[in-house]
Amino acid sequence: MSLSREQVQHIARLARIGLSDDDIAKFSEQLSEILDYFERLRQVDTEDVPPTAHTLLLQNVWREGDKPEPPLDKEDVLANAPIRDGDYFRVKVILEE
Amino acid sequence: MTTTAVRYETVIGLEVHAQLLTESKMFCACPSPSMHSSPNSTVCPVCLGMPGVLPVINRRAVELTIMTGLALNCRIPGEAKFDRKNYHYPDLMKGYQISQYDLPLCRDGWLDIDIEGKTQRIGITRVHLEEDTARSQHMTTQVGESYSLIDVNRSGLPLMEIVSEPDLRSAEEARAYLTKLRQVLRYVGASRANMEQGNMRCEPNVSIRPLGESSFGAKVELKNINSLRHAYDAIKFEVGRQTKVIESGGRIVQETRGWREDIKQSVAQRSKEFADDYRYFPEPDLPIMMVERAWVDEIRSRMPELPNVRQRRFSERYGLSEYDARVLTESRSRADFFEATVALVTGEKGPRAKSVANWLNGDFARLLNADGVEIQDSCVKPAALAELLDLVDSGAISGTTAKDVFGEMFKTGRLPAEIVKESNLSRLDSSDEILDATARVIEESPKAVADYKSGKETAIKFLVGQVMRETKGRASPDIVLKHLREKLG
Repeated sequence: MSLSREQVQHIARLARIGLSDDDIAKFSEQLSEILDYFERLRQVDTEDVPPTAHTLLLQNVWREGDKPEPPLDKEDVLANAPIRDGDYFRVKVILEE
Repeated sequence: MTTTAVRYETVIGLEVHAQLLTESKMFCACPSPSMHSSPNSTVCPVCLGMPGVLPVINRRAVELTIMTGLALNCRIPGEAKFDRKNYHYPDLMKGYQISQYDLPLCRDGWLDIDIEGKTQRIGITRVHLEEDTARSQHMTTQVGESYSLIDVNRSGLPLMEIVSEPDLRSAEEARAYLTKLRQVLRYVGASRANMEQGNMRCEPNVSIRPLGESSFGAKVELKNINSLRHAYDAIKFEVGRQTKVIESGGRIVQETRGWREDIKQSVAQRSKEFADDYRYFPEPDLPIMMVERAWVDEIRSRMPELPNVRQRRFSERYGLSEYDARVLTESRSRADFFEATVALVTGEKGPRAKSVANWLNGDFARLLNADGVEIQDSCVKPAALAELLDLVDSGAISGTTAKDVFGEMFKTGRLPAEIVKESNLSRLDSSDEILDATARVIEESPKAVADYKSGKETAIKFLVGQVMRETKGRASPDIVLKHLREKLG
């Protein structure tokens, strides 16, 4: 199953990744291989296997008691801020398309 | 000009988000911030969206969602899960929001609203749980450059989304639905549900169609609504706008519009010609939730009495009017205050209940409104109000005095018996003081006395009022009247 150029560009745009023409050719090949692999998985007979949303057998893992714990120190929180503005992170405005 | 007979019907569905009242966040143990928390002071690597962290579900948030679902007559499926909703925005730290896609905690419920004296049943499609985003503030520098400030405190707070069926037919119905929903959320203790504070938000989906048409018109989603009144105004405006567009031969496009309170109009934000591409997939970091019947039953057993049921019980058990019962049960804390007070006053419960209701819906409500205080935060407690009513009932103080005493209780939180004793407010049964005051008033009001004597019956009301003032309301008006008539002949 091969992905079209437009499909790769669409996925790249959703992920906010800029791709060169070479990248697009390379990724359409690689992403198609991944899809092919899922196509192969599809051949497995799963008639008697109930569908599941999760691969682990775990269920109902909770934090009980709703007890707050101390948060991170503010200096640590803001230590890696590209731009710090008082107690805030400062970022570029992103307008919705 | 002829009026063509096409009439339009409004169709509204509401998406409501409500922050849950938990002590800690949805997927980490950070404390829920208060209104006074400084920016970025209640965050950790999980809600900051750092790589390599692992979310863990706050069980309390799941319980509050299920309890809300039960209060909204929903079905609670045996299995639920979380999914990732992927999109990029500066207030979304991880690049995805943990939400619920196809297996929400609650579905297929309903909420009854009262509209013009009739009960209308509004369908609830689903109630699901997700995490709130950070808060961004848009700023502009002096040279006109725009930027945003991000406060991550809100990120990761448990947020419940309640989606209604498109069953609402007017702005009035939408307002009634929001009011009722807010009341239910507060009753079950799920949320503060305050739209002005942003812990309850709503996004109406509005469309119109020719009356009688069964398919839906293109819908417009309204955003940026910060109060019940905005919701009402925005829907009214939007219905008018769509009607005008269609009547002038135009077409409604499916889009998102933002409400601008300053100009009282909705303005286009983005077109929704294409479906959002969120690429939902099951959250691999969170195991599925198996919701056992026993757990649901246990949550149901802890659910408080709901407003409609309580209102009916108040009418039947205490013999209250429909109005009194409705106003008393508007909030759970007021209804609780009422019942606590009735339980404490001595004497027959029936007549007492009526006077407790009068106080709560009258003077008390007026003072609370004036100060913008909620009843549970008032310094007047049920025991104090019961004591005051007992003082009136035993004849120790007059009704007028009781109002003054209550004013003092409301201001200082002191107990009524103490205030009465200290300020010498006991009712004047006899006479010497009343007689003195009557004599003084007659002497100082020659005109009113002359008027009365020349046959103006109303003049005596003025004189009674003066005596009441002289005695600071401690005399009984009947006795004053009797004294005055005797003196004036």
